[in-house]
Amino acid sequence: MIETLEYEYPDRQATTARAHVGAVGSGDLEVLLEPSGTNRAQVRIRTSVSGFASTWKTVLDRFFSRYDEAVRIEINDAGATPGTVALRLEQAVEASRR
Amino acid sequence: MTDWRFLQRKSFIELSGRERAQALFDAGTARELLGPHDRIESPWLERQGVTPQADDGCVICKGLIGGEAAVVVAIDGAFQGGSIGEVSGAKMCAALDLAVRDNQRGNKMSAVLLIETGGVRLQEANLGLAAIAEIQASILALRRYAPVIAVTAGTVGCFGGMSLAAGLASYMVMTREARLGMNGPEVIEQEAGVDEFDASDRALIWAIHGGEQRYRMGLVDALVDDDTAQVVSAVRTLIAKGLPAMHRSQQVEMLRERTRRLDPSTQWEPAEFCATWTRGEKA
Repeated sequence: MIETLEYEYPDRQATTARAHVGAVGSGDLEVLLEPSGTNRAQVRIRTSVSGFASTWKTVLDRFFSRYDEAVRIEINDAGATPGTVALRLEQAVEASRR
Repeated sequence: MTDWRFLQRKSFIELSGRERAQALFDAGTARELLGPHDRIESPWLERQGVTPQADDGCVICKGLIGGEAAVVVAIDGAFQGGSIGEVSGAKMCAALDLAVRDNQRGNKMSAVLLIETGGVRLQEANLGLAAIAEIQASILALRRYAPVIAVTAGTVGCFGGMSLAAGLASYMVMTREARLGMNGPEVIEQEAGVDEFDASDRALIWAIHGGEQRYRMGLVDALVDDDTAQVVSAVRTLIAKGLPAMHRSQQVEMLRERTRRLDPSTQWEPAEFCATWTRGEKA
């Protein structure tokens, strides 16, 4: 079944960042990035592969160690590897700056 | 000798559904409706263990193509094989119905359907079937006013009920890489046996379902390379051409007569099939 995971990162900068990248195809994911409207970053993940919460947390911790905007990120995942997830997050940030 | 010029083409097949839709429009005129941030997603997939996609795999854009108003509906083959669910079907249907209303108010609005699909989304069963019936009704309503152009570029192709919807379009555009058919090869093999159709024989599949054969049979108006510029040019030309004198699906007697020539009890070779189908008439 689908596993839903939620994470929060406090003390973030206000932003107007908005982007959509990726697709929910096998081994891939889509990332929606938009302002959270608070001073926190919020992440919600829905994944078809359950049992990898600590891996998701590690990837997100690393991402938010370098990205400080108060965004709401929604991830719809169809079994992407951690590397693919990290690249899609970077791509979303890049797309939000275009 | 290999013709290396293909390396300089900008592939259309490699674009996502959204990129394909946007590529068709005159620069700066495309506007997406009900995009992923609107989160109009399927309510049925999550409870069946399938991750939904925020746009349900259906992209709708309005803008100008060759200076003429058009709506483009792109089914993204990457999500669930481009299958038509309740939501993606309703999006396509609503876009076509709004185009009908535009035309009725005197504002010409053509439609382009970028189709990559295996047909109905099985997880949504009857809702998907109903959606395809509605899409077909909406295509019939719109084609009285303005051309409906179906494009199948590959690599998924166009199968199931959506192949019938594509058959109702005013014009059809395909690449050699794309496939068009009611039942896909694996379905035929499963239902009728490997003697009837060997779904692992790719040469056979493309000889029957492939864009080139469909073009030779007269089911396709433009056969293009996997080149964004060629796809855009074909779509522009067909929109500018306006409605055909008669839609392909209205030529019932001609199609009946052709069907009568083909004895289904014999095993047809693709080339012979095509020659018999088109004999004595222009494709």
